[in-house]
Amino acid sequence: MKTFKGRVITPGEVTAEAVVTTQGFNTLASFQMALQFGDKQVKCGDQNNSELHGKPLIGKALCLPQTIGSTTGGLVLYCACSMGKNPACMLFSGHIDSLAAAGAIIADVWVDGVNMPVIDSLGDEFLAYVKDGMEITVKADGTVEVK
Amino acid sequence: MILTKEQQAILDGEKGETLAKVMKTIVMYGEAFEAEKLVPVTSKYNHLVTSFGLKVMAPVYDLMQQLLDAGVFSEQQFSVDPRPLDKNVPANFLQNLVFNKFMYTKQDFYEKQLEKLGLMSKDAFTCTCYMDEMGNIPQKGDVLSWAESSAVVYANSVLGARCNRNSGIIDIMGSIVGYVPYFGLLTDDGRRATWVVKIQTTKKPEAQLLGSAIGMKVMEDVPYVVGLDKWIGTELNDSAKAYLKDFGAATASNGAVGLYHIENLTPEAVEMGEGLITEGAKEYIIDDAELERVQKNYPVIWKNPDAKPKLCFVGCPHLSLQQLKDWTESIEAELTRNGNKKVVIPTVFTAAPKVLEAFEKTEYAARLKNAGVITSYICPLMYMNNPLCKKMPVITSSNKLRTYTSARYYTDSEILEIITGGRK
Repeated sequence: MKTFKGRVITPGEVTAEAVVTTQGFNTLASFQMALQFGDKQVKCGDQNNSELHGKPLIGKALCLPQTIGSTTGGLVLYCACSMGKNPACMLFSGHIDSLAAAGAIIADVWVDGVNMPVIDSLGDEFLAYVKDGMEITVKADGTVEVK
Repeated sequence: MILTKEQQAILDGEKGETLAKVMKTIVMYGEAFEAEKLVPVTSKYNHLVTSFGLKVMAPVYDLMQQLLDAGVFSEQQFSVDPRPLDKNVPANFLQNLVFNKFMYTKQDFYEKQLEKLGLMSKDAFTCTCYMDEMGNIPQKGDVLSWAESSAVVYANSVLGARCNRNSGIIDIMGSIVGYVPYFGLLTDDGRRATWVVKIQTTKKPEAQLLGSAIGMKVMEDVPYVVGLDKWIGTELNDSAKAYLKDFGAATASNGAVGLYHIENLTPEAVEMGEGLITEGAKEYIIDDAELERVQKNYPVIWKNPDAKPKLCFVGCPHLSLQQLKDWTESIEAELTRNGNKKVVIPTVFTAAPKVLEAFEKTEYAARLKNAGVITSYICPLMYMNNPLCKKMPVITSSNKLRTYTSARYYTDSEILEIITGGRK
């Protein structure tokens, strides 16, 4: 097991299975089809992301460097949270980007009962270490345990 | 973050619970970027990215309704991105069914919400709100709360306004409280270039291809582009502005560029020159071979890569009046050369409603129609964002459309050749 310490963007505690992308996560491309057409597993629809395409995102610990793509990304993430179709948590190796930050914060402020901890600045070593299927535990102070 | 007494009072709920939540959102957003303060939004108008009444986006409309019910409005009127539907644009029975009965069932409802929230006018739907005809043109130094990526990069770079690459919803919330967090592209430091891009091509580089190459290289950084003035001049005239509109949209969608400087042309580059470049800035040289490499590497995700195109979109971002006129002349000349009277592939040119209105008043409108080209205010991206279009071979000269959909990219001259029947 390894432990990493990051910065809390939105608070919460959760344990979930990791899904990992080492390239930018395109929020619109990843969620749009799944949300639009009622995919219960919320499989990633981004054809340009070979690491994630077709993998379920709901309830997973999404490990990523940053989000990319359309500036509708934040509101897409907010919608996913409102509909209960969000990842269990989002864990960024670097500094969070403006679109992901917006989505996570809007969900945190405006959606009752949402629990999607978002932690950034976990470091490059975090993304190099974590692999699909590992168990992730996020603690309230931004500590992330990977085993 | 240090707040003024007025800002703190709003956050504490003295002006109501809903406005306090709007302020909390903006403050938390700023804190995520270590912003030390909020600064006033100073532009006359705002611009929103969310223009579409997608059924799946119901939580967005619920949130807008919360604002309306609480009487929480912005003092700014706003324009908004293009409408997703237009009956003039070719669509088959199944597509129309999916668009109207399944996907965009909330369109009328949402447009009514937008009107109540402060839409500038019923035809204020475009991604190019900064066109003269649309009239949402920020002044140099204005602080904005915009989100549409192609408009943000244009406002920052060509107009010298100041705006971060915000997300949808943040755009209206910043406008409602009248403040945005001071970080990134709002600061002098954040506007300095960390890349020097040297243009060494033997001909004028295609705007959307050059923007794509730079976007993919520098991602969210600020590039200072040297040598482009040789091809597009040192005056921000209609032609240069149209070029930069297309160039910028490609940098923003193929990467995440929010600001670029063009030596001897864009306002801050003219004022400060190489003083904008940070110490240790990285270098990227672009020559003919590099542009060719970039174009060749675009994946073709059509089921049958050799399929005959069924539709062509030009105008993402929306075309300018001069671009519509120039395309009309090019198409006429090329049709004559190829022995055709009308375009051989259904072709849609998209532009802002008021640009189209101005175009209709010119003699070019009838000529373009005679050539078989359809004009529309639609957002091609919204049109194509559904599973049916994945199977449809659509071509475009928009690198933004290529990035977000299954549309295949060709340069403007290649598109001209294909739609006029010059390429067999």
